[in-house]
Amino acid sequence: MIRAFKVVLCVLLLACCALAQTQLNGAGATFPYPIYSKWFNEYHNLHSDIQINYQSIGSGGGIRQVTAGTVDFGASDGPMTDEQLAQSKVKLLHVPTVLGAVVPAYNIPGVSGEVKFTPDILAGIFLGKITNWSDASIAKVNPDIKFPSQAITVAHRSDGSGTTYIWTDYLSKISPDWRDTVGKGTSVKWPVGVGGKGNEGVAGLIRQLPGSIGYIELIYALQNKINYGSVRNSSGQFIKASLESTTAAAAGVKVPADFRVSITNSPAKTAYPIASFTWLLIPTNPTDQNKGKILKDFLFWMLDQGQSMTEALSYAPLPKAVVELEKAAITKQVH
Amino acid sequence: MSGTVNEMNSPDSFNPSEKPATAIPTLAQTATQRKAISASSVLERIRQTHPRSSRMPDAAFAVLIVLTAISVFAIVAFVLWELVDKSKLSLHQFGLAFFYGHDWDPVNGDFGAMPFIYGTLVSSALALFIAVPLSIGVAVYVTEMCPIRLRAIISFLVELLAAIPSVIYGLWGIFVLAPLLREYVEPFLAKSLGWTGFFGGPMYGIGMLAAGIILSIMVVPIIASITREVLTAVPQSQREAVLALGATRWEMIRMGVLRNARIGILGGIILGLGRALGETMAVTMVIGNRPEVSKSLFAPGYTMASAIANQFTEATGDLYLSALVEIGLALFLVTLIVNALARLLVWSITGGRAGRARA
Repeated sequence: MIRAFKVVLCVLLLACCALAQTQLNGAGATFPYPIYSKWFNEYHNLHSDIQINYQSIGSGGGIRQVTAGTVDFGASDGPMTDEQLAQSKVKLLHVPTVLGAVVPAYNIPGVSGEVKFTPDILAGIFLGKITNWSDASIAKVNPDIKFPSQAITVAHRSDGSGTTYIWTDYLSKISPDWRDTVGKGTSVKWPVGVGGKGNEGVAGLIRQLPGSIGYIELIYALQNKINYGSVRNSSGQFIKASLESTTAAAAGVKVPADFRVSITNSPAKTAYPIASFTWLLIPTNPTDQNKGKILKDFLFWMLDQGQSMTEALSYAPLPKAVVELEKAAITKQVH
Repeated sequence: MSGTVNEMNSPDSFNPSEKPATAIPTLAQTATQRKAISASSVLERIRQTHPRSSRMPDAAFAVLIVLTAISVFAIVAFVLWELVDKSKLSLHQFGLAFFYGHDWDPVNGDFGAMPFIYGTLVSSALALFIAVPLSIGVAVYVTEMCPIRLRAIISFLVELLAAIPSVIYGLWGIFVLAPLLREYVEPFLAKSLGWTGFFGGPMYGIGMLAAGIILSIMVVPIIASITREVLTAVPQSQREAVLALGATRWEMIRMGVLRNARIGILGGIILGLGRALGETMAVTMVIGNRPEVSKSLFAPGYTMASAIANQFTEATGDLYLSALVEIGLALFLVTLIVNALARLLVWSITGGRAGRARA
């Protein structure tokens, strides 16, 4: 009886070893979680002995884990600072994967159409200088919309997030006032407004509070059918966020060798000004050679087949030029 | 010592007056003739009074129980040590100024916890302000005035409130309570009580008032069920005595029942306060998450638990993390201090005496 049990146990253990699944672990940003989840699933279907796990604990957590070496790769919505890179135990390469756009969504009683925003209007609203929808500066760029005399309530993120980073990065670029008083970061000291947790929280606040305006990811605005406005880009065009205008934003910016670049306020003509890459943080000299090889293979697959899966989930694919640059960098730098 | 079961079976029993079990000289007989040994330790005592077969298990049991008791203190001490250790960076940078600083600026590395401490204390105070009369009222009704058939149903419904997850309360707060407050309650309060200064400013619906109301709903079942237990435990003779002195029904409840139960009621309030201080999810969804000290209850606020829950995962930078852990330390200390003050209050009311008159 005991003997039979021992035999069964040995057989089971052998069976587990025979499956020989290689498992990679990654952690980081929540924004690209849906597309990463799909990619890892598809990759597993192609290579059934490779399992890639991803935990969306937030960009900050992802950076912490990958620099300490507790996960095989990380993910972040905001690029790491020079300081963070220098402190990292592991040498990392930033690999952009998809593009996201952040839109100004609003709830103005009686206004259902698209509202045009200039950079100055957005900065004024978020600094607390423009306090009513009937303000002259808003009416000037929207001559055909009748605004009610409604107080503006700003909705922002209460938790640290890459979305906030993109929004404040844009505001810092177009408003010296914002840059000096608030600055950019995943979590900032907001001059006015109420905070909601997550994109869902801000979307909920916008829907509930009449006269509110907030910033959310394009996907949330589309899926929750919240009105969002167009923003004037640096070429003077009013662009409404879409997958094409987001990809155009990346195409118009010179991407440096380490891929750590901000593409907000992009100079391209059709670019949507409030867009950003999201990055995977890949160790360039991995201790486990096998895992390093698998990651490299996955990245090439992601840059080829993976990019065609992004549109279905409302993520903007990378422009072709950036894909080529990335392939070259990965071949050269990741061992 | 006498009358224990072990003694009958124990060959080492040294009760000289007891007759041995058999006439044949046994180990027991020789043992009873031994001189009395003075036991000086628990283990010595166990060795002498227990038969060999149960000595080891009993000793082990005694040690295990003592360890379990110590472990509770050990866990609290460990939590405190971890909090202090991880917040060393922030403690070193800001010192005591952290606890009364007003700025929360992650970009410039300037952190102050006053808005969070204020938010936690005010929302909990507001919750108790609303919940205590409500729960005592419910408990008094259920024990004193309710028809017997309805008693079980009402108690069950009140306790059901405690079973609802806090996220559900948060959702209900955003979708039902906030619009209600914004459309009807806040304008009414602003019109009638606006002169006090507590009900002014823009009306969002979400804010300190909404958080206080949600917290009070969450705290009511705790205080109500404990109060109900304590009121039921008051002896019937107390009620009868007060009635016999010519009291009305309300006077009877006040003098005979509530007065006797006040320690228990205070204990229930302290427990409810503990829940209110630590509640995170429901509060963070309706309080507006704005780190600002504001007199008006309509204004958004921020509590310590919400701050940690919101910002901990994405906190980049060691100082930022350390500041958040220090908020955790602040919450720990605030809870300790509030509990200590409440105990002090209880002690001062009773003057150290037992609070309930003996029947």
